[in-house]
Amino acid sequence: MLTLEANQVTVTYPSGLTALRDASLRLSGGTICALVGVNGSGKSTLFKSLMGFLTPTHGSVSINGRPVREAQKQSWVAYVPQAEEVDWTFPVSVHDVVMMGRYGGMNFLRIPRASDRAAVEQSLRRVGLWDLRDRQIGELSGGQKKRVFVARALAQSSRIILLDEPFTGVDVKTEEAIIALLRELRAEGCLILVSTHNLGSVPEFCDQVVLINRTILCYGPTDEVFTPENLTEAFGGALRAFEFDRSTVEAHDDRQVTVLTDDERPLVLGKRGHLEYRERQGREALVSEREERERAARAAKNGAQED
Amino acid sequence: METLLTPFRYDFMLTAMLTCSLVGLVCGLLSAFVTLKGWSLMGDALSHAVVPGVALAYYAGLPFALGAFATGLLAAWTMNTVRLKTPLREDAVIGVVFTAFLALGILLISLRPSQIDLRTIILGNVLAIAREDVIQLIVVSVAVLVALLLKGRDLLLVCFDPNQARVLGLRADLLQGFLLALLSATAVAALQAVGAVLAAAMVITPGATAYLLTDRFSRLLGLAAALGAVTSFVGAYLSYFLNGATGGCIVTLQSAVFILALVFAPKHGLLATRRARKEAAAA
Ligand SMILES: Nc1ncnc2c1ncn2[C@@H]1O[C@H](COP(=O)(O)OP(=O)(O)O)[C@@H](O)[C@H]1O
Ligand SMILES: [Mg+2]
Repeated sequence: MLTLEANQVTVTYPSGLTALRDASLRLSGGTICALVGVNGSGKSTLFKSLMGFLTPTHGSVSINGRPVREAQKQSWVAYVPQAEEVDWTFPVSVHDVVMMGRYGGMNFLRIPRASDRAAVEQSLRRVGLWDLRDRQIGELSGGQKKRVFVARALAQSSRIILLDEPFTGVDVKTEEAIIALLRELRAEGCLILVSTHNLGSVPEFCDQVVLINRTILCYGPTDEVFTPENLTEAFGGALRAFEFDRSTVEAHDDRQVTVLTDDERPLVLGKRGHLEYRERQGREALVSEREERERAARAAKNGAQED
Repeated sequence: METLLTPFRYDFMLTAMLTCSLVGLVCGLLSAFVTLKGWSLMGDALSHAVVPGVALAYYAGLPFALGAFATGLLAAWTMNTVRLKTPLREDAVIGVVFTAFLALGILLISLRPSQIDLRTIILGNVLAIAREDVIQLIVVSVAVLVALLLKGRDLLLVCFDPNQARVLGLRADLLQGFLLALLSATAVAALQAVGAVLAAAMVITPGATAYLLTDRFSRLLGLAAALGAVTSFVGAYLSYFLNGATGGCIVTLQSAVFILALVFAPKHGLLATRRARKEAAAA
């Protein structure tokens, strides 16, 4: 069983800043979990502790019930770094970078075998970069750059994958391609933790959410955690809310509004703060349940009036 | 024609040219890693910090490479510790530590002027190199070559993405320490060839030049090694005619090649960038 666990992790940087205090978390297999919080809330810091890049000042991390060091030796966890952490001028090709996912299984001299080449090709094809394999990584668009590192994680064939802001600075097409890929991986049973401050797309593909702001505020199934109260707590004043009953939207609009945003997907919540999704498809049960509830409410109201 | 071949007729010239080529090759290879890791300042510092070790080794009658290597590592360790324990910026830490080591070295040498010549250490004197020193150089160079052959890919990964190295269970910190050790070892070799003042150039310039010429790591390695070897050979050869310091000849040549690359490199050269900018403006 795949598990990813943080026990009361506190991280204080040498500068004296405590970026994370007492953060606890436990996730297990076959899930896409979003890590949501404002910039500077400690998302990357949590990732780095989970990956063992930095050692928590207090607390501990365990992966599949084992210490981080062992997880590293076994290459259990793959990591897709934030774009700012990569040196894009480095003289390596797309193919070279993806091959770096395979080093763990290679011999002492790191000479790729046929199976390594096959895995790299398959990963590159899966993210649609096979034709660009010989490009130097700096010569790619923002979306392509992200996909190189997603491909490296695929090539590593780890069952736990952490992605740090894979959708920041990426076009909608790439975002959808990455989301489709993550869904496939979840179907294969992988445990995926993905940080984002793009609230709108979270309900669309994440079944769990972790809210973070210098500590882990709460985590669990998306529709339980993604409530206006929790989000306000996590985002403080940084969140811009649009409330229908206070807005100028009127009854004659028949509840129809159009939401346009530039690069970020808006998060849309219903009247009592329930989540609204873009597509009904695949959520028929949810829709009929809500209609049922509404009918019952209306019937109760009518009944009350007849009395 | 006859005169062009005269350097090859003297044993000391042959030794100097071959020794310099080998050292140039190894330094060139390592300079590729130094450039990619962004450790040029570190290379500069270590090449100076080995001087007290050379002096002490001479006094103690030990192989100079051993002493130099030890103080090189000590300097690297000191810099790292000071950097982690204080809010000082890295450049200040490196600057303070290596000048301290260099000063100590110069002081030690000047205390016993009869035993070692300060000029030899500071400026190098490969034309009069002793037989044991040549053997030491060959041992050091071959050891570094073998180490790079075995661990080159891991070091490349650590230069590019230390976190990915950790993800795969490699000890990124140990590998970085290993690269520092190799750098200390090559600094020792370079010191013999061109002297402590110019040793830094040998572990920086070829890599920086190659960086301008290619976008592929494997080619960068090959280019840097070739540049290091060829400039060192030609530099030593020319020093016979110019009657000038070998180190000066080699490093001047390396700098000349760097300037050529800076101007004419196909993609990252000044001319190419200007052309690209013009084309972009026209389009
Ligand atoms: N290496 C570091 N040294 C000191 N402070 C840091 C370091 N990395 C991050 N921080 C600080 O820690 C806080 C959390 O940062 P981070 O984890 O990167 O947040 P996020 O990824 O959510 O934007 C920020 O205030 C940031 O400035
Ligand atoms: Mg971050």
